Amino acid sequence: MTARTRLIMFLAAAAVIAGFFAAACSRLPPFGTPDHPYAARAVAAALAHRTANTVASVNFDIRAFDTLGEESILFGTVLGATLLLRRARDERHRRAEAERVMPTTRLFGTLLLPVTLVVGVYIVAHGQLSPGGGFQGGVVLATALHLAYVAADYRALKRLRPLTFLDVADSLAAASFTLVGLAGLVAGGAFLENVLPLGTFNQITSGGTVPVLNAAVGIEVASGLIALLAHFLDQAVELTDPDQHETGGD
Amino acid sequence: MNEWLIGAALAFVVLSATAAVLTRDPARQAVVLSALGLGLAVLFAVLQAPDVALSQLAVGSALTPLLILLSVRKVSRRPSGTDHRESGGGKEEG
Repeated sequence: MTARTRLIMFLAAAAVIAGFFAAACSRLPPFGTPDHPYAARAVAAALAHRTANTVASVNFDIRAFDTLGEESILFGTVLGATLLLRRARDERHRRAEAERVMPTTRLFGTLLLPVTLVVGVYIVAHGQLSPGGGFQGGVVLATALHLAYVAADYRALKRLRPLTFLDVADSLAAASFTLVGLAGLVAGGAFLENVLPLGTFNQITSGGTVPVLNAAVGIEVASGLIALLAHFLDQAVELTDPDQHETGGD
Repeated sequence: MNEWLIGAALAFVVLSATAAVLTRDPARQAVVLSALGLGLAVLFAVLQAPDVALSQLAVGSALTPLLILLSVRKVSRRPSGTDHRESGGGKEEG
């Protein structure tokens, strides 16, 4: 296909999409108005379940089934990456060496790693009260651990990262989301119905199943991302192809 | 005031997204993508969506560029004997 045909095909497709998109957008509520039909209903539903953060209420209570799908996507991604990036028979394993780091970088990482871990746990735990939640806090937790690689070397990161334990934690957390959903079914309601005591509004224990599901997603995202990055880092740092070891190792 | 903030953030997103498309070298593209992620996070924050801004900041400006850089490092090491930057153990890219 020539560049000219490609351009014509792109312009035709873009024109069709632009037409339908403009037609769809013309029926939307106007931009930036104080009242919005969905927001009004979502805030009322969140308040009824004593969840201060309406976004968390939508994600983990009203439409928790969508979040179950999203969480499964991440689990599948980690599983696929683990399968694809496993050590092949012809790859050589070269143990990462100890490395020298600037003292200021080491100080920066040593001070920041515990602070970042606490911030991650805070964001997961306060998902039902303030912006944040399992996904955001989980990513913060996963990236926090990798400060060890920045501040020290790959060996320090490997000591901080019990991969077998994290793989099990990932699977258990992914399964526990479904189990919380089944608990709603057992209690006589629907799948993923909010059956736990709702607690006091704006307290950390409020929201029923919302903080529980947030914690499950937080553990799953954190351990899943650490495992995902571990396979990428192993490939980039420790595994070499058989034909390049003369230049790869020093 | 708020309209100007939204406009500025939107303009930055459009510019950095175009720059990301026009950058050909994947390693540089990762850096531009990181800037684009930061701009999107600011845009979501001024549009009063802090939850999305947090996710965008963590995934778009930290995780995705890191995964791209690691993949580039692995792939560009393939042609043996052409890469002489290995002596330092490649610490600068992690």
